[in-house]
Amino acid sequence: MRSLRLRSNIDNLLTYGLVIIAYIVMRILITSGNISSSLQGQLVPITAYIVMAVSLNLTVGVLGELSLGHAGFMSVGAFSGVITATLLTDTIPMTWLRLALALLIGGLIAGIFGFLIGIPVLRLQGDYLAIVTLAFGEIIKNVMNTIYLGYDANGIRISMESANALQLAEDGKVILNGPMGAIGITKLSTFNAGFVLILITLFIVLNLINSRSGRAIKAVRDDKIAAESVGISSWRYRMMAFVTSATLAGAAGALYALNYTTVVARKFDFNTSILVLVFVVLGGMGNIRGSIIAATVLTVLPEVLRAFNEVRMLVYAVILILVMLVRNNLTLRQLFQKIGIKRRNSLANNKEGDDS
Amino acid sequence: MNRVRKKTKMVPLPSQSIVPERDVAQKPILEVSRLGINFGGLAAVEDFNIAVGPTEISGIIGPNGAGKTTIFNLLTKVYQPTSGAILLDGKDTANMNTVQINQAGIARTFQNIRLFPSLSVEDNVKIGLHNQIGYGMFSGIFRLPRFFSGERRARERAMELLDIFDMTHLASHRAGSLPYGAQRRLELIRALATNPKLLLLDEPAAGMNPSETEELMNNIEKIRDRFQIAIMLIEHDMRLVMGICEGIAVINYGKIIAKGTPEEIQNNPLVIEAYLGKKKGYQPC
Repeated sequence: MRSLRLRSNIDNLLTYGLVIIAYIVMRILITSGNISSSLQGQLVPITAYIVMAVSLNLTVGVLGELSLGHAGFMSVGAFSGVITATLLTDTIPMTWLRLALALLIGGLIAGIFGFLIGIPVLRLQGDYLAIVTLAFGEIIKNVMNTIYLGYDANGIRISMESANALQLAEDGKVILNGPMGAIGITKLSTFNAGFVLILITLFIVLNLINSRSGRAIKAVRDDKIAAESVGISSWRYRMMAFVTSATLAGAAGALYALNYTTVVARKFDFNTSILVLVFVVLGGMGNIRGSIIAATVLTVLPEVLRAFNEVRMLVYAVILILVMLVRNNLTLRQLFQKIGIKRRNSLANNKEGDDS
Repeated sequence: MNRVRKKTKMVPLPSQSIVPERDVAQKPILEVSRLGINFGGLAAVEDFNIAVGPTEISGIIGPNGAGKTTIFNLLTKVYQPTSGAILLDGKDTANMNTVQINQAGIARTFQNIRLFPSLSVEDNVKIGLHNQIGYGMFSGIFRLPRFFSGERRARERAMELLDIFDMTHLASHRAGSLPYGAQRRLELIRALATNPKLLLLDEPAAGMNPSETEELMNNIEKIRDRFQIAIMLIEHDMRLVMGICEGIAVINYGKIIAKGTPEEIQNNPLVIEAYLGKKKGYQPC
């Protein structure tokens, strides 16, 4: 009986271990100069996508609801993170503290958006929920496209018309320039910061899943009516998962945006939501380690496939299909089990013999 | 006997030695008056009245489609009644929802088993204990001391409950992989874990063979004696109903057609008519 808990502990340690080892390997490669500049440029986006994938897995895998607007929360986090970082440029000279605050504020504001959007969205289930989250993702993108925001000595100005309508003083600076996106960002994100954010995300998500609240979230996923009949408020726990997921996506968005000098709202569109969903589905729903691996591989893959030039995306698609086929092939799965690759829900195959 | 029930605290399980006080004349735990619901123009349940003593086992029987499960759904607020009042332990439940009803002391099982199939047996019971494990989301994420003490107590209690029904050896199995009978028992344990005052069992013997039904009857009496709670059940197995119920209500077309002890019910002409149809004169040719 102890074995189940032990196994989940070992599973979590493996996940942390994987991230830490990958980080150390990359650090060694960077210091010894054995890394291509294109891959080095991908490091921060990879960490941001890993956080996105893990956070979306909380909604899709653990809560069991398909969200197609996850990039919307990334967008909210990205722009609020950029605004925070830019406004604090003079007040806080330490870049790491400025970055940490930007991630925190980006996460919190995305969390607030998650709560507000969750109120109507979580009244729905299944396909309907997916459609409405898709709509909210698009709405966020289009609203972000129309916001002009700048600041000068007199404070912050917001307009929905044009940068000139802000009427900034001479020393003023435009932060959000409508469809041009956030401009003049000071690059703050580092690979180290991304690594720390992944660890924080894993800490929050894994501990949440393996606690009373996580159990309740899974119970609501399995059977909402039964969960309510034993006194579990489905609204409360669905909201908890959704808001946590949105908050982490917001922090990932801030990390992502602060890695570039300009970021446009179009970057966080439906395609990005689907991309992150592909990470989650390919890695296995509810499988956090799978999400991390899938996010890494699928972010690096297009770069590696540059050799194929024009048929690059075709090869990418074929690889995706092949992975799906292999994962669902019974013979291959048994083969994997034989050579010791344990499947996540080995609980199902658990016989009385091994619960000593 | 005055037992204190606190939903936020885990009270120790009563020991086996307690002798049940089968006094139906005591203040009833559940009082239902003139309960009714309309679906469109159809009165699925109409003018339903019942009073259940604090340790009484009562049964609801009736032909298929008579409205028995609807009554359970009304008591647990899965449906909102269109008329009538439900008093639980003297308190009106009019403004409560399903979750609050459970916290107020009604637990139920379902006609088609509704477990959390992907969770382990132990976790299924711990879900039932959810409101008695007092730590929140942040204690859970940051692994504060309350997390460890709460989880330890939950585990002990879950094992204690599983032990009563000889299921500790299945604790780490996936609930969905259990055989049918064990799933039914687990659903019962999960309902008991919520510390109810009234337990509603919706066709607990459905799909069971005679020896399993026998075991179930023993279990139901064991639950009542040990936990000192009222049990109300819907059942088609007449041997079970007549064997353990102290009071029986017969429903047909959403209305009570007879109420009484098992003997009274068995000899009631209205009941016989509801089950077997009207007696027609035999015409020899």
